Amino acid sequence: MNESEEVKKSANASTLVKDMKESFQSSFLRDWYATLVGFLSGSKSFYVLLVLGVLVIYAGTMAGFDAARIGYRHAYGMTREIPWGILISTYVFFVVTSTGLCIVSSIGHVFGVKDFMPIAKRAVFLAIVTITAGFVVIGFEIENPFRMAIYNVISPGLSSNIWWMGTLYGAYMAFMIIEFIFLQLEMHKYATYAGLAGLLSGVAAHSNLGAIFGMLHSREYWYGPYLPVYFIASALMSGCAAIIFFTWLGYKITNEKMDRPMERSLEVISKLCTLMIAIVLFLITWKIITGMVGAAGKVEALKAMLVGPYAFNFWVLEIAVGLVIPFTLFLTSKGKNLNTLFTASAMMMFGIFFMRYDLVLIGQAVPQLHELGVNEYKGLLTYMPSFHEIAIVILGMALTITTFILGEKVFQGHKSEIH
Amino acid sequence: MKKVKIDFDNLKNENPDTITSMERREFLKIGLVVTGVFAGGSLLSAISHIDKVFASSEEMKEKYPYKPHYSMVLRQNNCIDCERCVVACNQTNEVPDYGYRTRILQRDAPDAIGMKREFIPVLCNQCNNPPCVRACPTKATTKDETTGIIMMHYHKCIGCKTCVEACPYNARYFNEEKHAIDKCNFCYDTRLSKGEKLTACAAACPAGVRIFGDLSDPSSEVYRLVHQIEHPVWVLRPEVGAKPNVFYMKF
Repeated sequence: MNESEEVKKSANASTLVKDMKESFQSSFLRDWYATLVGFLSGSKSFYVLLVLGVLVIYAGTMAGFDAARIGYRHAYGMTREIPWGILISTYVFFVVTSTGLCIVSSIGHVFGVKDFMPIAKRAVFLAIVTITAGFVVIGFEIENPFRMAIYNVISPGLSSNIWWMGTLYGAYMAFMIIEFIFLQLEMHKYATYAGLAGLLSGVAAHSNLGAIFGMLHSREYWYGPYLPVYFIASALMSGCAAIIFFTWLGYKITNEKMDRPMERSLEVISKLCTLMIAIVLFLITWKIITGMVGAAGKVEALKAMLVGPYAFNFWVLEIAVGLVIPFTLFLTSKGKNLNTLFTASAMMMFGIFFMRYDLVLIGQAVPQLHELGVNEYKGLLTYMPSFHEIAIVILGMALTITTFILGEKVFQGHKSEIH
Repeated sequence: MKKVKIDFDNLKNENPDTITSMERREFLKIGLVVTGVFAGGSLLSAISHIDKVFASSEEMKEKYPYKPHYSMVLRQNNCIDCERCVVACNQTNEVPDYGYRTRILQRDAPDAIGMKREFIPVLCNQCNNPPCVRACPTKATTKDETTGIIMMHYHKCIGCKTCVEACPYNARYFNEEKHAIDKCNFCYDTRLSKGEKLTACAAACPAGVRIFGDLSDPSSEVYRLVHQIEHPVWVLRPEVGAKPNVFYMKF
């Protein structure tokens, strides 16, 4: 590196520090003071909701610690044959939503598409909230989370998708927090860089999450390049649904009327969401058709999904509630009717939760040694979430909703000027 | 209509005892071809022509990269489900009652001629291409460079259970006492490293089902059984491509 470059670099760094100082002193501090005053004078129902949320979080956390105390083998419904249950699927649900929110926010903040800018701040905030909820849920799933913190660093398994996913999601979370801080400071140039870094690490992490399943070559239902691709498409779909859902709720909480750019933004996002539903339906269709001529394990798993014990989840919750009805609602409302958009996005969030659940459970329903035809592995394996597991799922949900409500107040509806 | 009269008393007996050795050999060859194909390239070459398998000792080293290359042949039809192997394993390796490192599966064949039930012992296949090792985020499970045994380093295990998902043979379980995943390691810590020649299960088997030894040693019984061509040898779930070191045969 020559001297002039060095000088330039240090000049850049000093500008950044100066910018930050100025922003902090002017907008940030002032905003925060106003926020504090606003927060203390919040409405009664807001505090009721907040206290309720905190109580549920407390109860859920206690349930999690109780499960750790009595041992996960006793507290959870998981078995040797089905070692991944609703906690893994809920983790997947949260991180898919987070990645999706990050992608949706990046369309405006990183790539400069104007119509996506009004939602970007809220989307970045919620991306951080949902990934945190995901980490909390998986924190109660992994048997030795403390060992993970140590050995992920000093004994990295570089061929392992879990390692890449964990590491990249860690980086993703850091970048998203940095982006959010820059956004609060109204330093959009730096926010864009952080957003881009967050987007890249998020997409890489998320496709690795798909590959955790997709690279298990003894699990026919999951194996192949389909899942990493599907996860990204599905993430964008979930992100669109989540931002419509939470933006509508946010305006209800603050009891404000949406301005024109925000309405326009939701309209555009609902159209992107419609497209993504179509793409996901297309992917699911081909997954089924190709799978039906595959190995016996795959065919059995698909049968469990289409006509077996998961048929209700698949046809009613995933396809009807999660995809087809919202698709129709989006199309008929043409993105204009906000209440319809909210209904459709709420249905999607509900359906997508089961989409993740089915993905994780159906992949394990067929026993590994089913082809031996032995008495021990005849038929499909069953799993039922336990009380503790459901409590932790509720903890994740409560954490998301409470932090969201708090965020709406503290960050004043995530307003942002269009630049 | 004229009734066809069958002289049952003087019909030729068709039970297996009357099959000539030539017929038997031809039949076995068919089985050999089929199982050879299904068992994948490595086994196919091993059973086709023993002399042609290794042109030199170098080539043999490549085929069996471990020394000793521990391996087990399960002579499945000899198993009587006495479960002494399971008991011996549990005692030797302190396996808790909610888990197992090895077990015996039962397959009922009500329409079969003769025996109606068979027993299939299963354990960790100590694969040459182990899906569990690839999946582990913290190298808590590795393939031992000397023996080829898939080892657990309990203190590194974070309990994500991805290896349990990855294993094609359901050979892994979470051990509460060890706070880690546990699995068969051919009794490496409890017996082999202390000079014993056999695993606890192989030593306990009264029916000669579990033949344990060094696959890279041409004088060992496992080598002889895997490389003979009279009886078919197969592995479980060959399509996964894990290249197991546990072989099955009925002999």
